[in-house]
Amino acid sequence: MRRLIKADALREILLPLGRMAIFVLGAGALLSVVMVVLSLLFRGSGADKLLQTTQGVNIFTYTMANLPQVLIDGVTLGFVYAAIALGYTMVYGVLEFINFAHSEIFALGAFAGVEFLIILDQTGVLKTAGGMSPYLYLVLALIVSMAASGGTAVFIERVAYRPLRNAPRLVPLISAIGVSFALQDIIRLTESLTTGQFYRVIPTFGNFDDRIPLFSIPTGGAPIRVDIQVKSLVVIAAAMFMLVGLNYIVNATRIGKAIRSVAQDRNTAAIMGIGVNGIISFTFLLGGSLGGAAGVLYALKFTRIDPFVGFMPGMKAFTAAVLGGIGNLTGALLGGIVLGMLESFAGAYLGTFTMGNFGSEYKDILAFLILIIVIIFRPSGLLGEQVSQKA
Amino acid sequence: MPDSANILVAENVVKRFGGLVAVNKMNFNIEKGRLYSIIGPNGAGKTTFFNAISGLYPPEEGAITFDGHRIERLVPEKITALHIARTFQNIRLFGGMTVVENIMVGAFTRLKQNPVQAVLRTKAFKEEEKRVEARAEELMEYVGLRGVGNELAASLPYGAQRRVEIARALASEPKLLLLDEPAAGMNPAESEDAMKLFRRLRDDLGITILLIEHDMKVVMNISERISVMDYGEKIAEGTPKEIASNPRVIEAYLGRGAASAMND
Amino acid sequence: MKIQIRDALRKAAVFANRGKIPYILSLALLALGFILVYLSPRSIPAFLVFAAAAALPYFLEIRKPVKLALAVLVAVVLVPILGARNIFYLEVIFQIAVFSALALGLNIVVGFSGLLNFGYMAFYAVGAYLWAFFGSSQPFLLKAIPGTVPPGTPFFMAADWFYLFIFLGIILAAVVGLVLGLPVLRVRGDYLAIITLGFGEIVRQLANNLDKPINLTNGPQGISPIQRPTLGPETVKFFNNIFEPLVGRPVTVNQFYNILFYLIALVVVVAAVVITYRLDDSKVGRAWTAIREDELAASAMGIPANKLKLGAFAVGASFAGAMGVLFAASRTFVSPESFSFLQSVSVLTMVILGGIGSIQGVIIGASVVIILNLQVLQSFSLFLSRLRQSDAYIPIINFYWRDLSNQLDPSKYQRLVFGIILILMMIYRPAGILPAARRKRELKAHVSEDGGTLAMNGNGGAASGTKEDDHA
Repeated sequence: MRRLIKADALREILLPLGRMAIFVLGAGALLSVVMVVLSLLFRGSGADKLLQTTQGVNIFTYTMANLPQVLIDGVTLGFVYAAIALGYTMVYGVLEFINFAHSEIFALGAFAGVEFLIILDQTGVLKTAGGMSPYLYLVLALIVSMAASGGTAVFIERVAYRPLRNAPRLVPLISAIGVSFALQDIIRLTESLTTGQFYRVIPTFGNFDDRIPLFSIPTGGAPIRVDIQVKSLVVIAAAMFMLVGLNYIVNATRIGKAIRSVAQDRNTAAIMGIGVNGIISFTFLLGGSLGGAAGVLYALKFTRIDPFVGFMPGMKAFTAAVLGGIGNLTGALLGGIVLGMLESFAGAYLGTFTMGNFGSEYKDILAFLILIIVIIFRPSGLLGEQVSQKA
Repeated sequence: MPDSANILVAENVVKRFGGLVAVNKMNFNIEKGRLYSIIGPNGAGKTTFFNAISGLYPPEEGAITFDGHRIERLVPEKITALHIARTFQNIRLFGGMTVVENIMVGAFTRLKQNPVQAVLRTKAFKEEEKRVEARAEELMEYVGLRGVGNELAASLPYGAQRRVEIARALASEPKLLLLDEPAAGMNPAESEDAMKLFRRLRDDLGITILLIEHDMKVVMNISERISVMDYGEKIAEGTPKEIASNPRVIEAYLGRGAASAMND
Repeated sequence: MKIQIRDALRKAAVFANRGKIPYILSLALLALGFILVYLSPRSIPAFLVFAAAAALPYFLEIRKPVKLALAVLVAVVLVPILGARNIFYLEVIFQIAVFSALALGLNIVVGFSGLLNFGYMAFYAVGAYLWAFFGSSQPFLLKAIPGTVPPGTPFFMAADWFYLFIFLGIILAAVVGLVLGLPVLRVRGDYLAIITLGFGEIVRQLANNLDKPINLTNGPQGISPIQRPTLGPETVKFFNNIFEPLVGRPVTVNQFYNILFYLIALVVVVAAVVITYRLDDSKVGRAWTAIREDELAASAMGIPANKLKLGAFAVGASFAGAMGVLFAASRTFVSPESFSFLQSVSVLTMVILGGIGSIQGVIIGASVVIILNLQVLQSFSLFLSRLRQSDAYIPIINFYWRDLSNQLDPSKYQRLVFGIILILMMIYRPAGILPAARRKRELKAHVSEDGGTLAMNGNGGAASGTKEDDHA
């Protein structure tokens, strides 16, 4: 019996890892093939000529040379989106409610973690940190942010959502918009009261900015080196760890079973003696802390954060959740990776292929377009079953 | 029974939900000006059959002909326009609107006004509004409600809400009225009243009525013919007397432990 | 305690509605408010007294023609005079008018038909950019690098086309509303809200980015200058003859422009109110409410739900389109910033605060939010900045106000204010300050003596002119 449980637990760890590998490789391979085909089709086009005059390479070489870096960036971004998307998808799975304020939970986590690191930096320990200790500090920052975000998420649920649980569907959504806006300004207020600035920059420490060379591609001229930033590796590793952990909690523990039963049918679960309120709070705690940790990872990657930093990643993560099939954990992972990859590809190639007419600024529009198209034509997402039409 | 006398003819109607066949090869006719009933255990597919007729959940197969029109592919508003109206098993009034407004909504398809007339308040518009309001009030009194025109529909007691639902359906000037368990939850005096109302609808207004009902007293008392459904199929049809003595019907009920329904 | 207050209020209401008292009361208060604002144009309490006086007749039992006359007096005579003395008030009232029309439009979508729309500002943007493009030199600058207009570039068309463009704005916004409304045919409530948010953001981002390949919007800098309708020197002179004695000094051209735009906005709002009210009280309005209450039952009653939802989107959008054109002309400048998600939510806040579905409610909501925004928060900001410049400090903790961060500027914290309003309203008063009430109809108590004939004739109904007699 005990061995059986162990085997089960192992399965719940290996399965999501396998899925991640498949999703990353699948999405990466598909988009790469599309780009290669496109670059071949664009040979001799205006964009090709422009590249040859300005950079001395043809469009095919240009595409191929950038591809590895684009893929790496896409994966990094994808895992951040996936970690945020899980917060949306879990709450939706349990309450059928779009927690619009999740993007601010994410921002709050980013600020909590970054503030923690800034304080550490002021004591001087960060500057002298060597060896493995930067990683320890980062883990501490992640823990701080998870506590702050998870706690806030639970608090918000208690104050602003629970009183509305039986109200018509749009009522809690409006309340969530209110929470989202209020949180943005509360973060701004707290941050600006201390220093007069409302944005923060994550301190530089450790070797996170170093680049690890992976391989180089020989071309006619100088070979193109492909490398990966240490922090990208850290983001990917940390996100993978959290996603596997969450999957384990939901699928292989008692409380996970309770969450799933509440998601299935709240009333029946209550009759069966499950403390529904506690489970819902726990769901917010899980989703919130994941979002918070994603905030720190985001800050690590993009260095500067402001109180409104949550909006776009939040919208994209929500898109990812819907794309994958809202309510479905694996779906959020898939959606996140696909969206991260798409954004990375659009950011890298859109400008070049359209000769600068439609630049990388259209990647946000692209994300919204995907959201709209998915909702209209396949609201159940890539992996979801038919979404129930509970009004 | 010449076929031309049938106002509604359903042939081989099939409705599935996923793997479940809710209505299976249903054949059904009702003559103009009659009052027929459909009975059957819970989940037998009666309401689904109503939904198929009224277009809310169109059938996958089969044909439904109403008054010379094929309606099985029509959207609900077209079907209402052809003079079919219905009520719901679990009352579905517009709770936040007043009783008179609810009934006026029922007249939607019969109003000729357009939004431009409404904004300009033309004479024709005003007259039509006055007419529909007066008519709504008349219908309200016709179903036996007085002085509640300005009450919110949700604030009325259960029995009164049933009546409002019938008045709302009448406002659409139906030739065929589908009543889904109209006597459910009524006490004996109320269901007595309801029966009187149904007879008046048929005899005075000439409306053909099709009734789903569990209250056997009501069914046996007022139906001219009864169809029995079980597991999505029609298992018997006949006069109340024939049905009461039909062994298959008794089995369908007794088999489900619902014998009491027969002795009600 | 609460009951006592309520009791006192009720008694006051009874007293205020007795005989001629309501007439005297509202006239007196109006005169008082007018004099107060006239004498001290910068005092906020005076403004609030005037605002209260303007709103009071609505709540008293006064004959309808008198109410109308009072409203016209306030809107067309008193406000322009006061506005010319203190242009800031005119700005406040102008914005109230603009946002009232927007809130009324959104109310049709959210309030009447129950469809949440988070991208409403997109329609406003459509109207604004329509006139911004044609009412400026932009059509000549399609190939130009985004930036300021080169000197000497002529305007594309004459300024007075503006009036026509108000109507074009209505039409274009309605068409865009239909297009953006198409998802309602497939998508249910909360997803629709997110989709509209997405559309709103796309429109804003397009406004931001369509400075290439063709320079349609001039990008983030926005389009400027945009023409205003002409006000000739003779017109100005003519009106100054009237205004100068009343205001106490000559009124400048710019001030007349403010008054002009205020009056146009007023016309649009009045039109919006009339259209909204009349549609609500017709078959269309009843159908909208029915769809909101129970869509399935509504379609069973013969209501083509999709068509009506699209109609709600189009009508709601058209109000915003008209106001967008007006906005572009009145500011002579348009940029993507004015159409952000924050703006959409602020209009939503007005609707929810005032009362979803309630026409008077949303106007009050718009007024409260605008006054809060432009007056209360800003004067609080001003107050704080004065404190900052002084030597004052909080005694016990020895906090000098001058050390207060200048980021702490209440006027910048709209999001917090809107957010808290939305949360509190949803929890404690989801129906709003002035909830929508169903219209009470004057129904006759009884049917006529002959037992009542059912007027079921016509339309080939089954029940043509049948008499019913066993009706107790």
